[in-house]
Amino acid sequence: MEHYTMNLTLKVWRQKNNNEKGSFETYQVKGISSEMSFLEMIDVLNEQLIVEGKEPIAFDHDCREGICGMCSMHIDGRAHGPWAQTTTCQLHMRQYKDGDTIVIEPWRAAAFPVIKDLAVDRSSFDRIIQAGGYVSINTGNAQDANSLPIEKQKADDSFAAAACIGCGACVAACPNASAMLFVSAKVSHLALLPQGAPERKERALNMVAQMDKEGFGSCTNIGACEAECPKGISLENIARLNREYIGAMFAGDK
Amino acid sequence: MSINSKIPAGSIQDKWTTYKSTCKLVNPANKRKIEIIVVGTGLAGASAAASLGELGYKVKAFCFQDSPRRAHSIAAQGGINAAKNYQNDGDSVYRLFYDTIKGGDYRAREANVYRLAEVSSNIIDQCVAQGVPFAREYGGLLSNRSFGGTQVQRTFYAAGQTGQQLLIGAYQSLERQVALGNVEMYARHEMQELVTIDGKARGIIAKNLVTGALERHSAHAVLICSGGYGNVFYLSTNAMGSNVTAAWKAHKSGAYFGNPCFTQIHPTCIPVSGDHQSKLTLMSESLRNDGRIWVPKKQGDTRSPNEIPEEERDYYLERRYPAFGNLVPRDVASRAAKERCDAGYGVGASKMAVYLDFKYNIMHKYGKAEATKQGIAHPDDATLYALGKEVIKAQYGNLFEMYEKITGENPYEVPMRIYPAVHYTMGGLWVDYELMTTIPGLYALGEANFSDHGANRLGASALMQGLADGYFVIPYTIGNYLADEIRTGAIATDHAAFVQAEQNVQSRMEKLLNIKGAETVESFHKRLGKIMWDKCGMARNEKGLKEAIAEIQQLKKEFWSNVRIPGSINEFNTELDKAGRVADFIELGELMCVDALNRNESCGGHFREEFQTEEGEALRQDDQYNYVATWEYKGDSQFELHKEDLNYEIVHPSQRSYK
Repeated sequence: MEHYTMNLTLKVWRQKNNNEKGSFETYQVKGISSEMSFLEMIDVLNEQLIVEGKEPIAFDHDCREGICGMCSMHIDGRAHGPWAQTTTCQLHMRQYKDGDTIVIEPWRAAAFPVIKDLAVDRSSFDRIIQAGGYVSINTGNAQDANSLPIEKQKADDSFAAAACIGCGACVAACPNASAMLFVSAKVSHLALLPQGAPERKERALNMVAQMDKEGFGSCTNIGACEAECPKGISLENIARLNREYIGAMFAGDK
Repeated sequence: MSINSKIPAGSIQDKWTTYKSTCKLVNPANKRKIEIIVVGTGLAGASAAASLGELGYKVKAFCFQDSPRRAHSIAAQGGINAAKNYQNDGDSVYRLFYDTIKGGDYRAREANVYRLAEVSSNIIDQCVAQGVPFAREYGGLLSNRSFGGTQVQRTFYAAGQTGQQLLIGAYQSLERQVALGNVEMYARHEMQELVTIDGKARGIIAKNLVTGALERHSAHAVLICSGGYGNVFYLSTNAMGSNVTAAWKAHKSGAYFGNPCFTQIHPTCIPVSGDHQSKLTLMSESLRNDGRIWVPKKQGDTRSPNEIPEEERDYYLERRYPAFGNLVPRDVASRAAKERCDAGYGVGASKMAVYLDFKYNIMHKYGKAEATKQGIAHPDDATLYALGKEVIKAQYGNLFEMYEKITGENPYEVPMRIYPAVHYTMGGLWVDYELMTTIPGLYALGEANFSDHGANRLGASALMQGLADGYFVIPYTIGNYLADEIRTGAIATDHAAFVQAEQNVQSRMEKLLNIKGAETVESFHKRLGKIMWDKCGMARNEKGLKEAIAEIQQLKKEFWSNVRIPGSINEFNTELDKAGRVADFIELGELMCVDALNRNESCGGHFREEFQTEEGEALRQDDQYNYVATWEYKGDSQFELHKEDLNYEIVHPSQRSYK
């Protein structure tokens, strides 16, 4: 593929902290290589800002290989930008051409307050996990790993749900800012395995209760979460969560 | 201070069992009065924090990311080793121990490695019980694959996301302890200083990265689980935030640093594409199960790879190392790639790459097997290819997608281009058998310590070691120390040592911000990385190392007089945080060069050009360097060497051969 360079206009959300109002600032970046990642392009802008004596743009990022879930930019109205099943850090500049304008915002959700510029607070996700996103087993209690065969298909489906990176794109993409895809991925991961079975009812009830408490919205089956999920977490998980939840409600023993 | 590794007496098979049966214990009522700080929440830190919380200790865990689930263990791809022998192919605890010692080029401590192999099986059991969805066979049992430096299949995996799944398992256990009130979690916090009182580790100064506020946290023991220091090279497969600060501050407070020059350069990474590059991406070693590495036989061949016929390809690993082929250890594979590229056989635009080609196995291994399974009698090439591709996709799909996003090329159609990159650091804080550093009450776990991998780590062993340390070693060994701390009581954070440590951190940040120079932190980091890669990278020599030391000292001067950091202390200031990390990397870089210069031999990942066999293999000098080089900090640019002699009782060091 032909390599090229481009000049771009960036409209970036700047917000000093959670108490102050934010607004868009416009920046020009020049000589961006088509081989750069999107965040490397932001690095170029930040170096430019520092040299000009201005404050660089704060944004979350860490592994830059699409797995840690820390990067979180809303790019031209889409969580993680235009590429399907791709995190912001894996989006590359060959997507863009010379002269393009790109609008960059933080995740927008009441349960994800802005810390600064493009960085938001996603600790609500950790608290949802604390409500039951685990198997209650202490270190040292385990039986031999092969003592319990698990149907390959179930193990694969469980893995597909467990591939969630907790980035919050599902929430950012949802008009209701619902966290159902995130919660359902964890509930599915564990409900599909025999190890998760003893606690599956409590888990579904408690995690949903915590999700509501954190201020996430309700699911109205729009499907934007699935479309924007960088890991391709399926809507089927939400269906499974609903079954788990209703089953647990009607079971009556909890 | 003398070096005492505290290896228990007895035969190697009995050491750990005897230790566990005779170490001191802390009763449950007393555990509740004892506080432990865990710095870092990767596999080592999260597993330690969760396990210690389960035991009833009061734990405080710290990570610089926004959630403990983001720690860079999450990015480990290929798998985790365990001596389960589920494949009936001759594996055993002894064999895993032996492979690890040999793979480390006879520079690791036998007793630690044996214990690691012993507990490896428990790790798999524990993870499965937590709900880690490892890959399974149709019969419902666990699947295995091969990794470099071994001839058995002992690697457990979850597609190319094994680290992610293991970390999520440990993270979930950690969050359960948070919910139960046994662990207090401090995300977006970074350790800035270790606090010692009367020679014992008693706490840390942490910075709240959101507000910039400094906090004092006291404890009866401190665990450094902050990972490795590969980012000293600027470009590495580490995460952007991975840093040495916690370990380095511990070192400057008195903890010795072991084998700092032992760096792992991983053979299969996506090559650098330009000056803008901010990090490098690994393509898992597991790909070498099915990928064959080659370069054209002709120098400077500019044909596209698919146009180069079979007989004009040089499968140089298969040629040089027929017994292990593409699955030689990482140091050997990396050097072989460098040798071919330096000799003018490299491929791609930069000519600094080799091919990793899946076509043969797509067609002949998987394609044929699938055709047989589906009863297709005489499949044509297109059918074989289509069938085989699906199998490869199921095993490595996420890696192939990642490759395509980064390079814009489809690796199912053209071979991957790969080149070695900095990946892991075998060196780290020196620890004894109990994982305690030379500071009483200060421990180091996982990649942050130096212990188990000698001069080269085998693939799929980092996850094993991190979890072994956290789940199965520290819960026992820490009790042996804390049993004498039950009468200590709570440690006051208004002690002069805390006041002084906090003041040191505050002054350092003010000093950094007041420089108001012209060069950015990033620019200094890049310059350091270039010195390290050129002169303390895949090949090193005396002249280069001496130059590097002088250059780094000069860089340090420039940094402290000309760095430009925007913003202020009491805010979310990522540039200030990065500046602190780079300042520590500069100091560490010097020590790495000092260590590499001291070690007049080649072993594992440490290749001194002056010491090689006629075939270009690493040549050890066992009579002089059969020791762990541990360095004591004696002030600015001053390090004193202490040696821990390695006594091989079981394995007899020999010239490593993978031929």
